Amino acid sequence: MSADAFEQRSLPAGIVGDAVKQVTRNVPRGEPPAWPANAELQVVGKDVPRMDALDKVTGRARYTFDVQLPRMLYARTLNSTVPHARIKSIDTSRAEKSPGVRAVHVLERLLMIAELRDPGDEASEPYPIVRFTGQPIAAVAATSARAAEAALELIRVEYEPIPHVTEFEDAIQSSSPPVFPGPTEQRATAGGGGAAQGLPQKGNLRGPSTGGSRGEIERGFKEADVVVEGEYRTQVQTHTPLEPHGIVADWRDEELTIYASTQHVMSVRDEAAEIFKLPKEKIRAISDYTGGGFGAKYGVGNYGTLAIHLSRKAGAPVRLVLDRREEHVSVGNRPSTLQRLKIGAKRDGSLTAIELHSFGTGGVAAGAGVGMCHHSMYPCPNVSIEHYDVFTNAGPCAAFRGPGQTQGIFALEQAIDAVAARLGIDPIAMRDKIDTRDADDVRARAAERRIGAEKFGWSRRRAPGSDAGPIKRGIGMAQSMWPYIVNSYTTCEIRIAGDGTVDAFCGTQDIGTGTRTVFAQVVAEELGLRAEDVRVHVGDSRFPPGPPSGGSRVTSSLTPAARNAAHAAARDIASRVAPLLKAPADELIFKKGHIERRGDSKTSLGFAEALRRAGIETLVHRADRRDDYEGYARKAGELNISPHAIGGVQFAEVCVDTQTGAVKVERMLAVHDCGRPINPKLVESQILGGVVQGVSYALYEDRRLDAATGVQLNANIDQYKIVGSRETPQIEVHLIELIGAQSSTDARGVAEPANVATAAAIANAFFNATGKRIYTLPMTPANVLAALRAE
Amino acid sequence: MRSFEWVDAKSVDEAVSLLTATTANAPVIAKAGGMDLLDLMKEGIVQPARVVNLKSIPSLGDVKLDNSGMQLGALVTLAQIERQPGIRSHYRALADAAAHAATPQVRNAATIGGNLLQRPRCWYFRNEHFHRVTEADHSEHQHHAIFENQQTVMVHASTLATPLLAYDASIHLTLGKGASRSVALKDFLLPPSMTRDRDTIIADGEILTHISVPPIHPSTRCAYHKQTERDSYDWPICDVAVVLQMNGDTVASAKVVLGWVAPVPRRAVDAEEILVGRSLDDQSASEAAAAAIRSATPLARNAYKVPVLETVIKRTILAAK
Repeated sequence: MSADAFEQRSLPAGIVGDAVKQVTRNVPRGEPPAWPANAELQVVGKDVPRMDALDKVTGRARYTFDVQLPRMLYARTLNSTVPHARIKSIDTSRAEKSPGVRAVHVLERLLMIAELRDPGDEASEPYPIVRFTGQPIAAVAATSARAAEAALELIRVEYEPIPHVTEFEDAIQSSSPPVFPGPTEQRATAGGGGAAQGLPQKGNLRGPSTGGSRGEIERGFKEADVVVEGEYRTQVQTHTPLEPHGIVADWRDEELTIYASTQHVMSVRDEAAEIFKLPKEKIRAISDYTGGGFGAKYGVGNYGTLAIHLSRKAGAPVRLVLDRREEHVSVGNRPSTLQRLKIGAKRDGSLTAIELHSFGTGGVAAGAGVGMCHHSMYPCPNVSIEHYDVFTNAGPCAAFRGPGQTQGIFALEQAIDAVAARLGIDPIAMRDKIDTRDADDVRARAAERRIGAEKFGWSRRRAPGSDAGPIKRGIGMAQSMWPYIVNSYTTCEIRIAGDGTVDAFCGTQDIGTGTRTVFAQVVAEELGLRAEDVRVHVGDSRFPPGPPSGGSRVTSSLTPAARNAAHAAARDIASRVAPLLKAPADELIFKKGHIERRGDSKTSLGFAEALRRAGIETLVHRADRRDDYEGYARKAGELNISPHAIGGVQFAEVCVDTQTGAVKVERMLAVHDCGRPINPKLVESQILGGVVQGVSYALYEDRRLDAATGVQLNANIDQYKIVGSRETPQIEVHLIELIGAQSSTDARGVAEPANVATAAAIANAFFNATGKRIYTLPMTPANVLAALRAE
Repeated sequence: MRSFEWVDAKSVDEAVSLLTATTANAPVIAKAGGMDLLDLMKEGIVQPARVVNLKSIPSLGDVKLDNSGMQLGALVTLAQIERQPGIRSHYRALADAAAHAATPQVRNAATIGGNLLQRPRCWYFRNEHFHRVTEADHSEHQHHAIFENQQTVMVHASTLATPLLAYDASIHLTLGKGASRSVALKDFLLPPSMTRDRDTIIADGEILTHISVPPIHPSTRCAYHKQTERDSYDWPICDVAVVLQMNGDTVASAKVVLGWVAPVPRRAVDAEEILVGRSLDDQSASEAAAAAIRSATPLARNAYKVPVLETVIKRTILAAK
């Protein structure tokens, strides 16, 4: 855009109720005027009930598993029973003749996993090399799921085993069997993934990546008055959404319709287009409801590829929904890490050196980093980062709610807590000292620490290990940071019919966060309607482009486009209604279902009546998400990353039974910012989910593989332990309203920052309770007792 | 899961004759609450050709409680045991064990008979894949036995067996037509096995009809504790039942039973001997707990169970005070 496409505006910015001041921004011309604080708005900022709540609780909501098409077939997948092997042959002939079977397909290429830079001998392999137990190999579509399962047992796979390794400690040894025979790349696809390109690889060690390093680390440690070192370990966590991955593929007449449980309908379309070499317009991806994804549901994946092949072969729709074991094993996980973290600080708390030597195991996938917090959260002149991805014969990792950052913050925020303890500085005062970048999230966290300390009763915090008996209580806090991301290519369309019906369209999706509801609220605000007066349409790749539900970027990307489209529609209506009301169009406002002259409620018409009397048949307005008023720090593909981040501060109170190793999180307070909260109740709901998932990560979840076979031993939700109702602490959420003066709604996301700090806050409370650090997750009795015994 | 036939048995005799028809190729399996059976079928560990439903037999669901003790029909649910006031006032350890088993939903369906006959919750046992692999190769022992683990590392899953053993319960079995026998619970349970298709001495076609528990003396004190990672619903790290006959303030005789730490629930005889003749206090409880764990032989990844068990024994003894 040329310079005259912008205009200088003076806008309010800051934390509502705390410090709002006028700032000057270069705003694209035509942007709607800035909204006032939420208290002065009619629909936005209000706790509007989730629009699809009734459909969900009554079972009316149609999830992928509920999709039922005429002649639909049911598919099941054949997965490898060995951790590493060449497949010499696959005989599907008996399965093809099995009763009810309509199609069998063998997978030619595996998605999600790293690929050899030079395929060498593997290029001539008849089938993809098996690299983890549970790797999908083939699938059968039949007239019933049971017939498909029976047919799977008739497929003969001849394996030629290759030595394997499943444990991180073994995989990093130079004598370890290599998971890949040579260096690899993990290319990002429409389905996600991706790791830095061109890194060295030795055996199973890929790296180092050193991004964020700066200054002279040795000098930094020399200048330090204290140096704190620790070796932090985090486990593999699987996404375990309530609804497993699933797809219904319907290939007919060289057109493809895909019903998917997904975080991004466009990625489903695009990946299918890529694999099947179809023009995108021949593919339609639909996702009415998705029962959670947490980062693992992008693209069609291996299972979706199989379903599409089967549908094409059988000439019928095919439904393939993973079972719980497959869900745990083959569609993603949060990598385990080992982080050796060393921090130097001056007596006053200021940081002089941060050194991180870390490893992450994403199984057969690269991209197991530990986030950007170590080098970007707190200013420090000397930073040394060395990270290695470690391959093992285990299922591939995928993005998972705060990818890398959740692991990284567990280490960093404990290390900062440890520095504070060594220096005799209060942990909150320590953050006041070091959390000093010039950014919104920093200013927000300062307020959040102050508010949180007061609400939580921080002043009652005692010295570590104060309780005399075996049961010890303590409190701790940790900080969260996640980038504020805006997605390019976000467009909303508003259609208003002459009878007053309002339809709003965007090709994003609602994965349970309440996207439909916030979309409706923003449109309703501009048109003076109630949220329920707006019919929202999402989850269809034929709608205008919308953001993926990942990276905490939907609300930040969608709502400005939605507001701008609705605003344009409102101004259009105003100009047509103005003659009827004998008032200038720019004096007409939309309020409580009426269009009226500002300050003159008698000059007024009902919304629908006004449209009718103005002779409007249909109005259509579209608007794009324009760039943030201050621009971006960097761009990565469709991601625009703001110099301002999203923050939060979480406080935990724990009770540790030092004799049984049982840890109970009794209370948590989460104080967060998400720009302007469009719907505080939904934001709170997101934060509650983030905290619950964080407690679950901190205390229980742990994928366990059998080293001899690579089989996941707890691939269910009985033995893969997730927090239950009795382990859910009392959680209090407090939101601050931060106006960034960056877009027409100033909304940001919250899903990830809500999850990022929880484990670290609990770990710091553990230290306060016991006087001992817990370096290893999860905090099971075995790990807790070991930590308590440690020197 | 494979397809199967379902038969509602009308009587014990009919159930026995249906079950006796089992063959290797067409297994016939009894179902009470169906809780464990459904899990085993879903995992492909049990593939019955025919399931015989015992729930349709009217006589197996009674609780009898009088001066001669208690009889629990095999179909009595864990929820009944948890809630029936008579059971709680007399056999508190048993009521507590029932109250802490599984989830409220499962307790409403699960039966005492099925609970005793359930298969181990061992990760390897529950995974069809390992029915072809020898136990020697297993390495993830976090939930395995810390005593007597040379033959098998698996532990019996029933938590109600722990207090029932402390109460000296007996199991009543029948082969129909009046052919019945009773055995002490301690002789009924067998160390779990990957290859055997049950972990008790129950014979093909035999049906567990009821459990009898001797009467409780007014001087009896008892307690039960199940130690878990989670509170909501979890399998134990260990569970402990303590039943003490008191003579004034001193212990006249003691039963201390440890579950989930050995292939079958284990009497802690060393601990019992220490308690006899002593009053119940921190000192005697600590000594007893220390004695109970002395012969532990933990495996890789399950050494943590030893100090946890010691703590739970001590606390449960003191809770019986």
